[in-house]
Amino acid sequence: MSETKSEKGAPARSDVRQVEFVSGLDAHAPTGPIEQRWDKHRFEMKLVNPANRRRYNIIVVGSGLAGGAAAASLGEMGYNVKCFFYQDSPRRAHSIAAQGGINAAKNYRNDGDSVFRLFYDTVKGGDFRARESNVYRLAQVSVNIIDQCVAQGVPFAREYGGYLDNRSFGGAQVSRTFYARGQTGQQLLLGAYSALSRQIAAGTVKAFSRSEMLDLVVVDGRARGIITRNMVTGKIERHVADAVVLATGGYGNVFYLSTNAKGCNTTATWRAHRKGAFFANPCYTQIHPTCIPVSGDHQSKLTLMSESLRNDGRIWVPKKAGDTRSPKDIPEKEREYYLEERYPSFGNLVPRDVASRNAKQVCDAGRGVGPGGLGVYLDFSEAISRLGKKVIAERYGNLFDMYKQITGENPYEVPMRIYPAIHYTMGGLWVDYNLQSTIPGLFVGGEANFSDHGANRLGASALMQGLADGYFVLPYTLGNYLAQVKPDGMGTDRPEFAMAEAEVNSRIRKLLSINGSRTVDSFHRELGKLLWDECGMGRNDAGLRRALARIPALREEFWQNVKVLGDNEEMNQSLEKAGRVADFFEMAELLCVDALHRTESCGGHFREESQTEEGEAKRDDANFSYVAAWAYSGDLSKPQLNKEPLEFEYVHPSQRSYK
Amino acid sequence: MTGVLTLYRSSIGKKVIMAVTGVVLVGFLIVHMYGNTKMFYGPQVFNDYAAGLRDLGHPIFGHEHLLWVMRVLLLASVVGHIWSATVLTMQSQKSAYARGVTKVKRYEKKQRRTGYAAYTMRFGGVVIFLFIIFHLLNFTFGVAGYSAGEYIGEQGGVYNAYNNVVRGFSHPLVSGFYILAMLALGLHLFHGVWSAFQTLGLNNEKYTGTWRAVAMLVTAIIILPNIFFPIAVMSGIVHL
Amino acid sequence: MKLTLNVWRQKNGGAPGAFKTYEAPHVSPDMSFLEMLDVVNEDLILRGEDPIAFDHDCREGICGMCSLMINGAAHGPVRGVTACQLHMRSFSDGDTITIEPWRAAPFPIIKDLATDRSAFDRIIQSGGFISASTGSAPDANAVQVPKNFADLAMDAAACIGCGACVAACPNASAMLFAGAKIAHLGFLPQGQAERSQRAINMVSQMDAEGFGSCTNIGECSAVCPKEISLDVIARMNRDLIGASLKGVEPTGVVAVPAK
Repeated sequence: MSETKSEKGAPARSDVRQVEFVSGLDAHAPTGPIEQRWDKHRFEMKLVNPANRRRYNIIVVGSGLAGGAAAASLGEMGYNVKCFFYQDSPRRAHSIAAQGGINAAKNYRNDGDSVFRLFYDTVKGGDFRARESNVYRLAQVSVNIIDQCVAQGVPFAREYGGYLDNRSFGGAQVSRTFYARGQTGQQLLLGAYSALSRQIAAGTVKAFSRSEMLDLVVVDGRARGIITRNMVTGKIERHVADAVVLATGGYGNVFYLSTNAKGCNTTATWRAHRKGAFFANPCYTQIHPTCIPVSGDHQSKLTLMSESLRNDGRIWVPKKAGDTRSPKDIPEKEREYYLEERYPSFGNLVPRDVASRNAKQVCDAGRGVGPGGLGVYLDFSEAISRLGKKVIAERYGNLFDMYKQITGENPYEVPMRIYPAIHYTMGGLWVDYNLQSTIPGLFVGGEANFSDHGANRLGASALMQGLADGYFVLPYTLGNYLAQVKPDGMGTDRPEFAMAEAEVNSRIRKLLSINGSRTVDSFHRELGKLLWDECGMGRNDAGLRRALARIPALREEFWQNVKVLGDNEEMNQSLEKAGRVADFFEMAELLCVDALHRTESCGGHFREESQTEEGEAKRDDANFSYVAAWAYSGDLSKPQLNKEPLEFEYVHPSQRSYK
Repeated sequence: MTGVLTLYRSSIGKKVIMAVTGVVLVGFLIVHMYGNTKMFYGPQVFNDYAAGLRDLGHPIFGHEHLLWVMRVLLLASVVGHIWSATVLTMQSQKSAYARGVTKVKRYEKKQRRTGYAAYTMRFGGVVIFLFIIFHLLNFTFGVAGYSAGEYIGEQGGVYNAYNNVVRGFSHPLVSGFYILAMLALGLHLFHGVWSAFQTLGLNNEKYTGTWRAVAMLVTAIIILPNIFFPIAVMSGIVHL
Repeated sequence: MKLTLNVWRQKNGGAPGAFKTYEAPHVSPDMSFLEMLDVVNEDLILRGEDPIAFDHDCREGICGMCSLMINGAAHGPVRGVTACQLHMRSFSDGDTITIEPWRAAPFPIIKDLATDRSAFDRIIQSGGFISASTGSAPDANAVQVPKNFADLAMDAAACIGCGACVAACPNASAMLFAGAKIAHLGFLPQGQAERSQRAINMVSQMDAEGFGSCTNIGECSAVCPKEISLDVIARMNRDLIGASLKGVEPTGVVAVPAK
């Protein structure tokens, strides 16, 4: 796979506008038996002598699972690390909100799990759009992650014997998910945060809180620094380093309503893209099936409830369209448990994309429940009568409380209403096997890169990937890169820094000077609605073209008519949002271009033109078995397509079936 | 020794001083209460008890020796208790009010969700301190709370404590103040005793309820009889 | 619903602040408290007035960023939730709501309702960790952890570091926060090696940051969105007394920046 430079398969349909095919991409993945590739690669890597490490400066942007773990690990190794994050504390990165769990191929249940099976499930779950070598490595290091986290004091759930407990999660047929109540992400992040805190105290890592990266600085073709804004004082700062790591999460907030934190944004990755990093598969967005439905126009974000609820809850809708009876009054025979009926072997535990799409289908058919008909029932009455309220409360008590708090309804008595929401983005900056982007010295980890999940991510795999990148991949691959460059003592007085800073300043000045008549949020909401309607759970040619026509016009209006008050030299939350939304406006267009060019359905990307007779996603392996990595051409409407062909030596593509 | 110093320097160390001195004082209160029940046996027993206190520890300790040891210990406990309370209160006030910057000292009152007792500790402590001063001036030195000639001091090794208690409590104002002070002490003890368990780290998920009950019991054992003494005098159960 | 808001406005840490009154005429009971503030801010922006700055991020009660005193109660009237999970159905039409930042000397105000809680980070940096460098861990199942200890550790570890405990405490004490971390790590076998040092360091840091002392009132636990028990403070006290008597000295106090 590593050698091939020529593209495989036919280029995208010729009538698709804006696509300019450039070249193939080399993933630098090792060859040979897959189980030996990572070991072999690690052995072949160049090393930095421990005594020399402090002479290297590394910038890490983001303090979540990937960024926090990487910064801590690199600090422990002796590098000089600067870690930037927009929150007031590294502990608040949005990894903290992950609920369900983290996968690892420990096979503690003796139920047939193995590294190969986790690898197999992940490649298949990703609908054969992930790079095999990366996924295998992910499965391999998954076991080390659990060891590391336990050593840090992560209070995973235990059995009475004192050994770790596991559960089955989101489409897996083995119990390989480790969890800490419904707060696994929080506990893993606090583990990474504590390791990071130790390094901050030791002086190897310097933390920059309330600091937002606004541009990447590339010098002589290498990523050499960033421009940041101090969100308290407004000071624009230059920071230089020998390598830059972006671990800034996904771009789900481009849809305005998502389960992401309000501050999650694409600015760091988008600015890096504009400086030369390829953006891969932006159309692979994941919709999570179990979110609390929207309650009104004021809605600012959507709240996810752990998918683990599907272990005991049964999903149904009334058989009759427009049935507005209370759920208790609908007799069993007038209910359709559509997932159990359509997918007998997986039932309510089908992968996220399948569950979401089916919810959309029944709601589109007028059988949705709740206000606006955008919801399906998730019913625990059967589980409560079988296991007792106490057991259900033990398993899901906190989720039930949260649901009740938000909706005012008691899920012990009435079925929950759920609806899918944007949750995770599989796309991201393109990286090679070393997690290095197309800009040398720019590494990307966690959700910010595109790497391991293909077109769909399985439950409990995001935490695994973030920590794998941060603890066990980046510390090696960065060392390999640094060993090949000499610390040159470069300062921030280079013209590239001055230019980047000037650009950042002029953007800020521009945003503050428009003084139009619409708020940032109103633009963001309109953009999000447009994307959700035309590029959400189901996508088609006409809709995407409508979106592509509308986005530039809306972006233009934004730059003419947005109203941002206040100054730069203070805490200015409108200004922060405006900068982020400006980048979402640019990114949104690429998202739709990618969705339009990929005329197949795969994973989270469902093209209505490409489905089986039963309405399932139909891949087009002959034409689309590649990673679409887009380069910025200088014209937002004309990104350049680069392809990394995907080859499957171990898991052979087949139609995913969860029947 | 460095360990004790480390402890002393920390805020928790000062709380430990509060707790340990508090335990000493609670011990004293229990003994004091028990000793006073002798008034129900009449003047002879009560006055002998007062005299006998001087010979505590006999023959190992000489006349009034152990009593002085105890007095010094008590005084040290009172001083330690008040001193650490003062230091901690000053720190807390500095922490709790972001004055200086905002120039606004009081802001919207913080809501209370917990019991009343905890909030009365500082005020209650002051009330109890004033009471102790009065109590000493009253019963110990006989210089306050009596009409002329009522108080009889020591007469050649004979103590007229019984006379002094009965005549003292015969004044409604003295008894009233005494009872009010005991109620304040009750609140102080109810929170303070539990608090000592908490500060000394004896509390945990299993024993919280138990220690609350112990605090209530200790409070009742000390306060109920103490309140009964003046009532007994005023109602004539105990009389000259 | 129609509400009147009494909001603390302060341009920055050095400026004087004051309450300002705003009308919120169209509030839906389904809104979260922060969504209500969003709507007020949208109106303010369109009227050309500086919107109210407040910290928030995940809006699902776990990041710990939101930090509002609502009618004198940290995170508002409902127990066990953060301000972002508080919904307007907890209020009535015509209510006047007073909204303030956390006010404690160790949490200086940045702007309006946003405060600087970096003191909490420094308390963790002083010792709130297990020194387990990446790669050094034995197999996860090599050491058993009794289920009840794992559960108690998790109860304590649920802390989101929001600072409501400090805000609610009449003494502005941070003992529930520090105690929660000390209890979490102290319940686990992995945390034993550094247990004494951790207690000494974290308490020293807490004192250096200028937090008040605990008078065991319990407001902290009563407002804690994760309902962390006061027992963690007793545990911290026990660890600290034990460690002091063993002669352990503070080693890791992190420099407190000038405010």
